[in-house]
Amino acid sequence: MTASLGSAALALAFATMVFAVAAALLGRNGDERWVLVSRRAVYGACALLTFCVVLIEIAFATDDFSFKIVQEHSSIETPNFYKLAAMWSSQEGSLLLWAWVLSIASSLALYSTRSKLREIVPYATAVMAGIATFFTGLMLFAGGVNPFATLDPAPADGIGLNPLLQHPSMMIHPPMLYSGYVAFTIPFAFAVGALVTRRIDASWIRATRRFALIAWTFLGFGLLLGARWSYTELGWGGYWAWDPVENAALMPWLVGTAFLHSIMVQEKRGMLKVWNACLIVATFSLALLGTFLVRSGVLQSIHAFGDNTVGPYILGLIAVVLVGSTALIVSRLDDLRSEKRIDSLVSREAVFIVNNLLLVALCATIFWGTFFPLISELFTGTKSSLAAPWFDRYTTPLAILLVLFTGIGPLLAWRRVSWATAKRVFLAPAIAAGVAGVALALFTDALHKPWAFFLFVFAAFALVGIGQEFWRGAAARRKLRGGSMASALVGIVSRNRRRYGGYIVHVGVAVLLVGIAASSSFQTNRDVELRPGESAVVDGREITYKRPTVAVDADKFTFGAVLAMRQGGGAPAILRPSRRFYRPTGVPVGTISSYFDGEATSEVGLKAGIFNDFWTSVGPNISAVQRRVRAADAGFSRCVRGAPGTPPQCRAVSSLMRAAAANPALQARAARQIQALQAATAERIARSYLSDDAPATFRVIVNPLVTWMWIGGLIALAGALIAIWPGRRARRAPVADTELEALKEAKYREISDAELDHAAGKLSDEDFALLDAELRKEAVEILDGANGNGHANGAPGHDAPERSTEPV
Amino acid sequence: MDPQRKRKIRLIVALGVAVLLAVALVYTSFSASTEAKEPSQLLTAAPGTSYDMTGKVVRGSIRHQGEELRFRVVDREGGGESLPVTYSGTVPDPFRGGREIVLTGEMENGTFVGERDTLVTKCPSKFTTSSNDS
Repeated sequence: MTASLGSAALALAFATMVFAVAAALLGRNGDERWVLVSRRAVYGACALLTFCVVLIEIAFATDDFSFKIVQEHSSIETPNFYKLAAMWSSQEGSLLLWAWVLSIASSLALYSTRSKLREIVPYATAVMAGIATFFTGLMLFAGGVNPFATLDPAPADGIGLNPLLQHPSMMIHPPMLYSGYVAFTIPFAFAVGALVTRRIDASWIRATRRFALIAWTFLGFGLLLGARWSYTELGWGGYWAWDPVENAALMPWLVGTAFLHSIMVQEKRGMLKVWNACLIVATFSLALLGTFLVRSGVLQSIHAFGDNTVGPYILGLIAVVLVGSTALIVSRLDDLRSEKRIDSLVSREAVFIVNNLLLVALCATIFWGTFFPLISELFTGTKSSLAAPWFDRYTTPLAILLVLFTGIGPLLAWRRVSWATAKRVFLAPAIAAGVAGVALALFTDALHKPWAFFLFVFAAFALVGIGQEFWRGAAARRKLRGGSMASALVGIVSRNRRRYGGYIVHVGVAVLLVGIAASSSFQTNRDVELRPGESAVVDGREITYKRPTVAVDADKFTFGAVLAMRQGGGAPAILRPSRRFYRPTGVPVGTISSYFDGEATSEVGLKAGIFNDFWTSVGPNISAVQRRVRAADAGFSRCVRGAPGTPPQCRAVSSLMRAAAANPALQARAARQIQALQAATAERIARSYLSDDAPATFRVIVNPLVTWMWIGGLIALAGALIAIWPGRRARRAPVADTELEALKEAKYREISDAELDHAAGKLSDEDFALLDAELRKEAVEILDGANGNGHANGAPGHDAPERSTEPV
Repeated sequence: MDPQRKRKIRLIVALGVAVLLAVALVYTSFSASTEAKEPSQLLTAAPGTSYDMTGKVVRGSIRHQGEELRFRVVDREGGGESLPVTYSGTVPDPFRGGREIVLTGEMENGTFVGERDTLVTKCPSKFTTSSNDS
């Protein structure tokens, strides 16, 4: 019943999206009513898809196994928390999530542009609704991926969620990545709209850059969570493996990063228009490619995929997007000419171009490596793949250069910087880099790994450079308005969220890369076999296998170890790694051996520290236990048969079994009794492990500075959130925010940015005077345009600049 | 030199560098890659060459011998003769009979000897049609 309601809602959402496309296109020539109708249709489809998601989640929460999706991905025993997350562990549920998130993002985008971009919006609506149509249509018509498919009769229990996926990250990691992929649709759709209507100024960028930033943040956070999950759960101690699916999420993030930088150049200087259009097309196509890769078997990956039903369709969509966008860009090349040229190679826009090239090169390298199996098959006929060392060789130098530029970029002002000024702002960071280099060379063995050494030195440069930016900005504000340094710091950040939020992201990325470089270059990684009571020394740490532990419950055996790790003189740290063996889910209770037929997962023993992580997993030797289990199973089946020579209790069991076979009413009791017997036996066998004195293999990893990777990631996240958060002005008067207002606002902001740069010593007096005059002239042009060219006042700064945005 | 020409030269130099780097990338990728083979192809493969073996672990074939793991693999599509494998190093959690694996190594006396820590087991991932794989 609810399933058919859901199917109807889904079909209606599809129809509504189709209607939204048609209405938007009918309104393309400025027919406001059609535009309004199309916008409301998107809101309506969003409501319908929300309803679908709620229905599915209710089915999961209430164990409604008449839903195929629930039966296949959840079970009565699945913890409630994971029941809610199980939706996106399925193919059809993840498609629904895609469509749903897209409908939310589209609605938000349309709401925030409801009084802006009148020419572009109809086309953008058509693109967004068109892509939503594609994904809802996929669920309805592709076959086998309808989330509302039902089972009749409804089974009593479900298969359950794979234990490997039962990790808190499951709740947020996939939705984060999806939201990231999906939200890039918005800037893409508006870019298409801008290209079609030839309205290729920066207005589409201003309207959608927040969505691009949100997409970037989601995707980045999703990647970070995935790395953390891998590090703590998968039992191999790494966080990145250059696996195709990881790469698939990293690539749009890298190109998205380039896009976020280069759109600033278009906003401020009217340059790089073709480049920006290409970047957003590439980002969106890569996001679709990521969606495709996890659903196709084209590449070997640790994330295995079986279902090929939707892969070809998504590939088709990618082809349409690529061909259509390319044709559109080529046909609009004349409109995409730059309004200006780069003034100087020592300027922020020049550095942005370099960073763009680096990021795109990084993405291209990863793309080549990821798809190399297909490429080599094409050229040589054999499928060959590239392993981590190949990726490392090329990505490492690029990453090192990127760190350097995260430091250089913020130090330079827009347009031009005189050498004298450049020397002044570069002095402190350069000294810091030198000091860091000397200290590392003298006191550590960092020189043995030159790549890591350079990364550390450049990171020191970047961190001190950005610190200096904050310091000078705050000092300049304090000079003007007094107050404490701390309040000045809060003041500049809250007044220039985008700029300082971005700088904080730079700090985070530099810190994160330091963590990656240190942990990958200076890791100690050993396998030691110990019996209880034995010790070993790994990298100056004495580890002792104190004792084994064991636990058994209805669905798993847990073999653990208590490990003491002592470094230097202090008290030992206790670690408890364990390994869990699950019964296969969704199968009626079988023999005790079945405990070892299901998944096995590692619970890692981790002692995280500021300087080092001590990471350990255990591989218990359970061959003796398994032998006993097999013997017990054999004995049990003899017992149930009532075979001669079995103990007297067996007779009771076997007579009960016979009675149950004749009388179904007794079956439940028999099953309970057998389960109780089995549980007692399993418990007894499990205990025997404690006295086995069995050796266990410990994988021990000492990971220097890896904690800083997570800290850096969180710093970057905080910075991104600061940059996303709407400023006071936007919150106060969102409705009056028309296109012209936005343009004016942007120009004023540029002027106040220049003032800040000047006050902070990043611009020399002459440079500032020149820049200020240019900006004011541009501001006047905008105002004249606004006043219908009425009275050209012409006096520089004849209006608001001073009062619209307070300096600094 | 007039600025137009200067720009052109700069562009050509930049493109030249990019092309050179791309050629280096392409060239090294062919020499750095390891060929992927299925167990049935490896049975007759020459010893001494490194391959990425992709196959399916035969259920019930996994034996631990001290640090070493011994098991047999068959082609992913199933069928064919099985190939004995020895391996030591990290064993990923999802590793077990019936799973698809990728392992780098070479043939020695009819046995595929895996390189340490190169065993990749496919995550039982979502998006499979029938089984309980995630």
